[in-house]
Amino acid sequence: MNSVTPKQYQSASEIAGLVANRETSAVEILERHLNQIEEHEKDVNAFNLVTINEARAAAKETDKLIVEGGNVGPLAGVPIAIKDNLCTKGIPTTASSKILEGWKPPYDATVVRKLKEAGATIIGKTNLDEFAMGSSTENSAFGPTRNPHDLSCVPGGSSGGSAAAVAAGFAPIAIGSDTGGSIRQPAALCGVVGVKPTYGGVSRYGLLAFASSLDQVGPFATSVKDAAIVHEVIGGYDPLDSTSIKQAPNSFVNEIDQGVNKLKVGIISELMGGIDGITQEVIQQTNIAVSALSDAGAQVEEVSLPAALYCLSAYYLIAPAEASSNLSRYDGVRYGLRVDGANLKEMNVNTRTEGFGDEVKRRIMLGTYALSAGYYDAYYGKALKVRRLLAENFADLYKDYDVLLSPTSPCTAFKLGAKIDDPMTMYVNDVCTIPSNLVGHPAISIPFGSGKDGMPIGVQILAPPMNESVMYQVAHTLEKASQ
Amino acid sequence: MNQETFKDNWELIVGLEVHVELATQTKLFCGCLNQFGSEANTNVCPVCLGLPGSLPVVNETAVYYAMQLGRALHCSVNRSVFARKNYFYPDMPKDYQISQYDLPTNLNGYLELPTGEAVGIERAHIEEDTGKTTHIGTSGRISGSDYSLVDYNRAGIPLIEVVSKPEIRTIEQAKAYVSELRNIILALEISDAKMEEGSIRVDANVSVRENGEENLRTRCEIKNVNSLKSLGRAIEYEANRHISLYGNGEYPKQETRHWDEDAGRTRSGRSKEDAEDYRYFTEPDLVPLNPSEETIAKIDQEMPELPSERRRKLANLTGVKSSDMTLLVERNHDAFALDAIKGGGEPEKVVKHLVNNLSSGLGALTSEALAQLIQMENNSEITSTQAKKVLGELVQRGGMPANLATELGFEAVGISDLEKLVDQLINEHSDEWERFCSGDTKVQGFFVGQVMKSTSGQADGKVINQILNERSTAK
Amino acid sequence: MSDSISSDEVEHVAHLARLRLTSEELATFTEQLRAVLDHAKDVEALDLDDVEPMSHPLPIENTMRKDIPNPMLKPSDFLPEAPAVEGGRFLVPKILGEEE
Repeated sequence: MNSVTPKQYQSASEIAGLVANRETSAVEILERHLNQIEEHEKDVNAFNLVTINEARAAAKETDKLIVEGGNVGPLAGVPIAIKDNLCTKGIPTTASSKILEGWKPPYDATVVRKLKEAGATIIGKTNLDEFAMGSSTENSAFGPTRNPHDLSCVPGGSSGGSAAAVAAGFAPIAIGSDTGGSIRQPAALCGVVGVKPTYGGVSRYGLLAFASSLDQVGPFATSVKDAAIVHEVIGGYDPLDSTSIKQAPNSFVNEIDQGVNKLKVGIISELMGGIDGITQEVIQQTNIAVSALSDAGAQVEEVSLPAALYCLSAYYLIAPAEASSNLSRYDGVRYGLRVDGANLKEMNVNTRTEGFGDEVKRRIMLGTYALSAGYYDAYYGKALKVRRLLAENFADLYKDYDVLLSPTSPCTAFKLGAKIDDPMTMYVNDVCTIPSNLVGHPAISIPFGSGKDGMPIGVQILAPPMNESVMYQVAHTLEKASQ
Repeated sequence: MNQETFKDNWELIVGLEVHVELATQTKLFCGCLNQFGSEANTNVCPVCLGLPGSLPVVNETAVYYAMQLGRALHCSVNRSVFARKNYFYPDMPKDYQISQYDLPTNLNGYLELPTGEAVGIERAHIEEDTGKTTHIGTSGRISGSDYSLVDYNRAGIPLIEVVSKPEIRTIEQAKAYVSELRNIILALEISDAKMEEGSIRVDANVSVRENGEENLRTRCEIKNVNSLKSLGRAIEYEANRHISLYGNGEYPKQETRHWDEDAGRTRSGRSKEDAEDYRYFTEPDLVPLNPSEETIAKIDQEMPELPSERRRKLANLTGVKSSDMTLLVERNHDAFALDAIKGGGEPEKVVKHLVNNLSSGLGALTSEALAQLIQMENNSEITSTQAKKVLGELVQRGGMPANLATELGFEAVGISDLEKLVDQLINEHSDEWERFCSGDTKVQGFFVGQVMKSTSGQADGKVINQILNERSTAK
Repeated sequence: MSDSISSDEVEHVAHLARLRLTSEELATFTEQLRAVLDHAKDVEALDLDDVEPMSHPLPIENTMRKDIPNPMLKPSDFLPEAPAVEGGRFLVPKILGEEE
């Protein structure tokens, strides 16, 4: 197995501490990571762009500020990779699409601004499935990213580049976006931690929208604690995002090692044996994780989430519907690709036909259909009702349980090209992660063992909205048990 | 609404959709300046340019103005939800417009016309304006243009769209509706509502049907009407066009048409094949608006006196005809009129002076002065011609009419003196007098003229005529 | 094969979405979209008359901003990224088939 993962990972909090104390410098930390990138990036293709000059300038500034005794923030000198669907001012933001190739936004996403304010060194823009649509990063217009554990395999998607960057040691932290599992699934496949916050807990301002009522921005890290630290930095109310929560919880690290004694954990039965394509080893590892929690004092029980069976369908109606509208703006008029035409309409058609890849086109058409006159009620309208049912299911469960648990992905990383020809086969990868997106609840994937081929397996913890604290608590315990 | 015949056996049915640009400081969904006349693309930001990653946040003042207008139109103010209206056009930065669809802010009201008739209001909802497209080519119109240029300064300006029920039956009603709506908007101070500047835009939905028919027939939407006069002409043209078609055994196509001011006709716009499916769905980037009872109560409490109330007040005191009241209220002269009446001016005469002689403004004229002037006229202390001159001076420099009249040397010639003059003329011009008495009214002017000459114009024409008539009947 | 979506309908939505498909793509996409919509028949078949649709995951209402200005962009911030510009405005090819 061709693997490029480092033997050891250095945590972000450790780096920040060393930099702030001047035991090392931001520049030194950066160069170390740039070397790692130089050595292995050609095999992994995690980045659309490594922002070498900007990163060096930023690291220098950080060091200067520290020398001057200024306040640098909790992520001082930490290299962070940003998924290329988040706006970075003056730096190309492409969503891994031809239609935005080279486009430089005139503003930073709120999350990017917060990371900069926290002293982080933005190291580059990572690859993704085009416009975040996919589960393998094979839908990128700039070539696929490869799984650092096995370069013949996919890293998962859509935030495959970010997951791979962390797994390959290119950066201790990466930022991704999760609409149907796009942080958690690649995290599981790449053996790193990935978090989807409560919907509204992290600002979407500056995130190139895919499905507005499902999208959330979240961290990849090599430890639960690191993820929690970054989550605290990027989270919080943003007046530029109407869907952001005014009282977003913002303290996750403090209670992280409280353990799980007496906590009630519900194992979602519908997401265990019964789903399409779930492998024995995934079930096995999940069960081991359950035992570990039980051993640590948690009360674990099987529970039922009946609406889970309809989530895939509901998601593949709601997400494309919103996406079809969100992607209308890419019309060759104001930015990005323009392919000329005899008239405006021709230009629009030429531009979008050439600029979008197949998966994006598929979803746009599916979404347009679901919203169109005559079909709204049967498809999109119904899907919104399934969503309500699901929310009620969850609410009922959370009356009795503190967190829920399931595998993150039904299988380990598959080979590049294995599922690309049949969309439905690819969509099924999201069956465990989609429920949380539909209802806006937080969820985390943590690495827990591996399959017989040595490929990582991830276990998912789901928590009630705005209850990330308990989610991190349980995850932290599980993490300890996995080591 | 009463049934009215438009032409022959045909009834006109008009519904009006009026878009009002709100005079907020900033745009509907972002903090860019809501400013007319700036250099192209200088009042923009990622949000109103629809840049990737941008998100809307709604302007609370725009929402407040919308609710105020809703209440002024007697609508219910409801929990509302924004929706996306999806279609491709370069003046729309996101290629969808954020508007309201099945849950708009205001529903089911009415607008009271000056005549007292009410036109039902279907809804009044909030939406964002589009940018401006200029077509470059030989004609400056879309067809025949070589390319187009887009400016997004206007994109995102808050609009309220007021949709009437199809209850308008005459062109006069249509114009009155727009005028009255405009007056209400001005009273609320939420927009400057100028048709010429585009801060109020009117689209007319026009159809016809035969008298007695219950169902509505196919309607066409007429756009690009830039004045009340054009509105009238466009409705008339379109209604006649429909009637012609029916007359030929054809039907009007349901479509959007554009008013061509120069040619005096409507032209077909988008064809039916391209009829848009707007694929409305709830805007996921915005949350519902749910105003509290207290907010709505506050709006009602703070409601300024609306034109209909002001007209009513005046009507109660004067019994004057409605078009005069409308004019006075429009000119903001109603309060002045009420004061002048309270000050002793005869109501009809107060209104008459204001309507006829004071259209350019009151200047330094006070209500007491007007009241006094009218009293002087009634007492024949001055002639009506003199009164007009005095009025002019009062407007110019204020003061009281009694003083001014003296200053100007105006004093109406007394009745007894006039009688003497008339008798003298009758004696001197017996032939003409004979003719006048036998009914030759043309001679009247001769006698009046003579009296005026003798009095250097300081005689009241009315009084002269009165005396002449008395003398002729006395014979 | 089910009839959940016909190739005519796929062509129609492609047109609505400003996309052009080759005849090969039309066939492939029709098949693929059918597969997804067939899968979605499970949702279509549910009786959910009594259930309220859920457009937003959060029960938030009334998020608004005050009517005060925020910093704006300068044309030089975004016009260089535009495909075609003239006189400070975005240039687009002629618009056919309708009046303004």
